[in-house]
Amino acid sequence: MARRIAFQLNGAPAEVEADESASLLDVLRNDLGMTGVRFGCGLAQCGTCAVLVDGAEEPACALAVGAVEGRSVTTVEGLGGPEDPHPLQTSFLELQAGQCGYCLSGILIGAKALLDRNPDPTRAEIAKALAWHLCRCGVHNRVMDAVALAARRLREGAAA
Amino acid sequence: MIPPALQANPELGRWVRFEPDGRARIAFGKMEYGQGAATALAQLAAGELDLPFARLRVVGAATGDVPDEGMTVGSMSLETSGLAVRTACAEVRARFLAAAADKLGCDPAELSVRDGAFLRGGAPTGEDYWTLAGAVDLIRPATGEAALKRPDDLSVVGDSQPRLDLPPKVFGAAFLQDIVLPGMRHARVLHQPAPQARLKSLDEAQVRHAVPGVDILIEEAFVAVICASEHDAVRALGAAERAAVWEGAGELDPALAEPASLKSLPSESFAAGAAPAERSNRRRISATYAKPYISHASLAPSAGIAWFREGRLTVWTHNQGVYPMRALVARVTGLDPSAVEVIHAQGAGCYGHNGADDPPAEAAVIAVRRPGAPIRVQWRREDEFGHAPVGTAMLIELSAELDASGRLVDYTAEIWNTPHTWARGHSVVETALKPLDGPPPTAPARRLPDGTRFSGGLLNAIPSYDIAARRTVEHVIDPPPIRTSSLRGLGGPPNTFAGESFIDELAQAGGADPLAYRLSMISEPRGRAVLQRLAEMCGWERRGEAGSGHGLGLAYDRHRDRGAFCACAAEVDVEAEVRLVRLWCACDGGLIVNPDGARNQLEGGMIMAASWLLKEQVKLGGAGVASTTWDDYPILRFDEVPPIEIELLNVRDSRPYGLGEISAGPVMAAISNAVAHALGVRIREAPFTREKIAAALLAN
Repeated sequence: MARRIAFQLNGAPAEVEADESASLLDVLRNDLGMTGVRFGCGLAQCGTCAVLVDGAEEPACALAVGAVEGRSVTTVEGLGGPEDPHPLQTSFLELQAGQCGYCLSGILIGAKALLDRNPDPTRAEIAKALAWHLCRCGVHNRVMDAVALAARRLREGAAA
Repeated sequence: MIPPALQANPELGRWVRFEPDGRARIAFGKMEYGQGAATALAQLAAGELDLPFARLRVVGAATGDVPDEGMTVGSMSLETSGLAVRTACAEVRARFLAAAADKLGCDPAELSVRDGAFLRGGAPTGEDYWTLAGAVDLIRPATGEAALKRPDDLSVVGDSQPRLDLPPKVFGAAFLQDIVLPGMRHARVLHQPAPQARLKSLDEAQVRHAVPGVDILIEEAFVAVICASEHDAVRALGAAERAAVWEGAGELDPALAEPASLKSLPSESFAAGAAPAERSNRRRISATYAKPYISHASLAPSAGIAWFREGRLTVWTHNQGVYPMRALVARVTGLDPSAVEVIHAQGAGCYGHNGADDPPAEAAVIAVRRPGAPIRVQWRREDEFGHAPVGTAMLIELSAELDASGRLVDYTAEIWNTPHTWARGHSVVETALKPLDGPPPTAPARRLPDGTRFSGGLLNAIPSYDIAARRTVEHVIDPPPIRTSSLRGLGGPPNTFAGESFIDELAQAGGADPLAYRLSMISEPRGRAVLQRLAEMCGWERRGEAGSGHGLGLAYDRHRDRGAFCACAAEVDVEAEVRLVRLWCACDGGLIVNPDGARNQLEGGMIMAASWLLKEQVKLGGAGVASTTWDDYPILRFDEVPPIEIELLNVRDSRPYGLGEISAGPVMAAISNAVAHALGVRIREAPFTREKIAAALLAN
């Protein structure tokens, strides 16, 4: 049965009339306009739909919207926009870490989750954290370099 | 000399115009899908016109708005479209120079162009492209008479301009999948299990019970469910799947997924090259290589939108060409092409002919039967893996004759494959609307002047060396057991995997070092240069004994024997599985328009091809493809990708060569050779899984 479900979305209150078993991915894209969250497989196997739920990375395709009631959800749109980019978005553009870019929404979210818990990750730690995210164009090395660059800038910013 | 793409679209104003907002409008018919084509083509335009890059506006691809350049394929955008763009821009610049000279009462030779402004003796004249725009008629055909600039005079070309398409992609925008149109309805299509399958029955009540209000469209074997919400469409498709009964789907033997099965299928054979080898006393060596069917495995399942209003159809697609899409859509809807408009929006990388053509064609079929509302068709992951075309399997038998000194003097490649572009131009919706007794409609077989068929299977079939006698025998299997179509590089990468692995075997047979052996057979200086530079980069001289578990290998080819020169090296550790330690690439791609874009393409090609070689194989079962999830079809992951070093040997006085597919073959062979070096035995069939490694070691 559809009912009102409220949660924090990208720092602002959001409310939706939905069946609590509805897919969070579908609700974010079609009811709340967050089309940056991507449909890739629907089976939590590719990482394109990753979002942060209370700061932890989750595949939105495998979560029911009822499961995030009262919690905080962050999508790629919530990281930053062209006017106020997140250091991850800036470093991805600076190193041209993308080709088709379809994987990037999820990877940026995964990288954010990583840097929040480990501000100075090694290449192996970045690779491990992003390993469930698929990229078919082969920009893995650029992505890992961009995450390391953003991490350095965030650390320097925190120290300043 | 007018390049073919400009001949086909001769009006200069279709390529470049100067607009009132102070920008130059640049249009070309090649699609951007993340490979950087739009940025690089715009750089060539800016260079010929002497315009700052920021004053260009690249027009989004749509029928009518951009020149018709067919498909964006074959790693050719910079070679073919680039020449057309440059020729058009050079002529436009010359016409404006003439107009400026006329207005200023001077000789055009006294004038120069800087940042879009016309200078006389280096001083401003007050005239620029925009002040003169009214005086120059661009609605006229190109003559091809204006000279192109020398590469060194092309400003902007050679700069690593950031890609125009990338910024929206880090902020969550940019894709066709993001388009929301007013009143848009969500459709899902229930696909035939096989092209010949017929729908025996579908219990519509069962679907309506699951999703009240669903609009069900059934015509022959075409089944679509159309809903106001995507959520309902997904549920309706699930219900329709359970409610449908198919007949005549048949069963595919899972063994057909193995390349060895190609020999058992009917084929047409073509021989070319030197006369059959006579019996000789020369040493003869043979080996058989194979690669399986490979999925494009695009990260996004394909999607398309169609909207039919007042007799006119608008289609949004992320495919490889808006004009070919218009022809396809006109055919499947019966509309006149003039009633169809096609707009390109970006999708995930396609790497050839993936599922991109299908959902827009299906949406078009639905839209003309349900006029008024935009219809969005989104494929599922299992549709993309299960119904998009795949790259063909190949079986490659090689034999060589060495003279007394060990020199390679006679080379034969005998190849079995299905046509690499078989499904081009056709959609699954056609067989759904008209189930078949025979094979589905396909691209017409393309015959070459010598009577052989161009299947794509002979690209780089003979290694790029000075070999006196060379011949090919190709067996083309048509129809293929499953839907095949173009995958990055067609037969080129598999052929280079086979041929360059075999060259290592020949070197070993003669006791020669693989690098020295190759260099002894390359007279082309540009080829020698990339191989020698690669050897320095990878530290070839430190290569140790075979069989240590640690291997270093290299490989080389010239793309399609006439394009870029590319050499790759691989360092691997092999225990139960292959672990990539490091990869290298040295490339002479001629004039490099955007060095960072070139590196991105070369590296992406290396990672994709490493994934093909080590992991990938389409599995068959039931009526079709059985590997329909990422669990069934693993690809290389972040924690398996090694550091990669790339060096561009920038040769500015050469024309630019396409780079999108050139590193795939050399890197596959380099890894193959490194694995053989590590193990001391050779694996000749991809993918190099732990089972293949164990079998090779046991056989030894």
